[in-house]
Amino acid sequence: MAGNVFKYGDNVDTDVIIPARYLNNPAPEALAKHCMEDLDAAFAGAVRPGDVVVGGWNFGCGSSREHAPIALRAAGVSCVIAASFARIFYRNAINMGFPILECPEAAAAIRSGDAVSVDFASGVITDETTGETFRAAAFPPFVQAILENGGLLPYLRARRKD
Amino acid sequence: MGMTMTQKILAAHAGLPAVRAGDLIEAKLDLVMGNDITAPVAIEVFEDAGFREVFDRDRVAILLDHYTPCKDISSAQLCRAAREFARAQRLTHFYDVGEVGIEHALIPEKGLAAPGECVIGADSHTCTYGALGAFSTGVGSTDMAAGMATGENWFRVPDAIRVTLTGALPPYVSGKDVILHLIGEIGVDGALYRSLEFAGPGVAALSMDDRFTIANMAIEAGAKNGIFPVDEKTVEYVSGRVDRPWTAYEADPDAEYAREVVIDLASLAPTVSMPHLPSNTKTIEEVRGLPIDQAVIGSCTNGRVSDLRVAAAILKGRKVAPGVRCIVIPATPEVSRACIREGLAEIFLDAGCVFSTPTCGPCLGGHMGCLAEGERAVSTTNRNFVGRMGHTESEVVLASPAVAAASAVCGCLASPADLEKQEA
Repeated sequence: MAGNVFKYGDNVDTDVIIPARYLNNPAPEALAKHCMEDLDAAFAGAVRPGDVVVGGWNFGCGSSREHAPIALRAAGVSCVIAASFARIFYRNAINMGFPILECPEAAAAIRSGDAVSVDFASGVITDETTGETFRAAAFPPFVQAILENGGLLPYLRARRKD
Repeated sequence: MGMTMTQKILAAHAGLPAVRAGDLIEAKLDLVMGNDITAPVAIEVFEDAGFREVFDRDRVAILLDHYTPCKDISSAQLCRAAREFARAQRLTHFYDVGEVGIEHALIPEKGLAAPGECVIGADSHTCTYGALGAFSTGVGSTDMAAGMATGENWFRVPDAIRVTLTGALPPYVSGKDVILHLIGEIGVDGALYRSLEFAGPGVAALSMDDRFTIANMAIEAGAKNGIFPVDEKTVEYVSGRVDRPWTAYEADPDAEYAREVVIDLASLAPTVSMPHLPSNTKTIEEVRGLPIDQAVIGSCTNGRVSDLRVAAAILKGRKVAPGVRCIVIPATPEVSRACIREGLAEIFLDAGCVFSTPTCGPCLGGHMGCLAEGERAVSTTNRNFVGRMGHTESEVVLASPAVAAASAVCGCLASPADLEKQEA
């Protein structure tokens, strides 16, 4: 299934993904209402389940707040594609089982409003609007196992039971 | 091939003879830390996954520092959840209003981080304890939950940028100017996924407080951690604070670095970061005279006693400019006491500042000094993103305590030298 793309620039920081003034209520649905508010006030009202956020370099820089990927996922975003991710955002997304793909070519080429589909197993990103395809770097097996289990804690629980 | 200081600490905590950049490892943690924003989310993740007990009640620390004393009902609810968890788990290191300080100032002060240790904290500025020669990195709430549950976490072994420091800082130039200059040089993702390893003869000339400030902002260059070698000043700092054995690691002479940056400390001038990125640096020379509405002196970056001494030396006998609000926030109760004992608190009040209890407050636009539309603050904090301190049409200029204090008096961006010239 293809999602509609919301595209932003470089250094999208976690303060604009979810401003600190909303961190006092960490319920995902409450965070979703204010997702991207300080960068794109229309985002929360326009985003639909399955949509895709595309960013440039260093997406998710700044604060360690996991509220940022929580807000994106609760808003309906199915995947974030960026040229690169800030490392804490990257960890947070993996740890909560939220798929993110690092692919500078896709991040440069895909335009706002394009329909994009992603095959997570192969890392192939298809821009259905232009017909272009891109391949994101594959996750290391350990990271893949975390994603398959739905996040770090379920992974740790599963491992403990083995 | 040799290992960097960071790689040696990670290898030791993973029980491996050696690690290489890019390796995925699981390392034992000496401390797992969280605050009133991140810990409640971590607690929910921890409990939802069915974990009942933290791995070691002496090695999990929770500090209620961001929205405290609670700014509203929602933040009070969060603090209550953290407090109940800390009580139920009988955490040794739980800090509530009255005892709490800003986490990254209080943790070193209480001796909860030591050279050679491996620390994660659910706050991006956890990299601060690298000043002590520890591996210390910021993580999210799920990482904190995993750390609380198992005492371990996964890491990708980073390569490093070696930052070679030479010379010594001129008067009124501080650790803040060093790190802002560095971020300006390499950019906000210049050290992405990497360590910033500080080295060279200039390290010895830096105070511990300067090193804390520098390591604190490693994350603003995208770094996984910042780390300083352990020397006499480190040993002096930890003695009397840390009573458990600790290890000083040194980078191997043949360690490989992805890049080297050399900074001659003597060549640095007071430096500020203009809106809206920490890498947007200018010397004060280039931007002096820009009007301000507020000055904030404090935070995990610059709320230590030496920072407040510098600010007080400039504010002594002077007044904050009409129309400017100057907010002084000591980072810990010990810093508050020192300010009172040394007469700094009186200087701040005489100058027309407010003198607050320890809190992260205004740094993240939480409380205690949010900005209105069109307002500009000079601040000793660490981020100047859009909307960071309040309205999306407000601005934050990052600066040292000396520049923030001089600017508060002048009513515009200024260095202490500008202030003296103006008065001459």
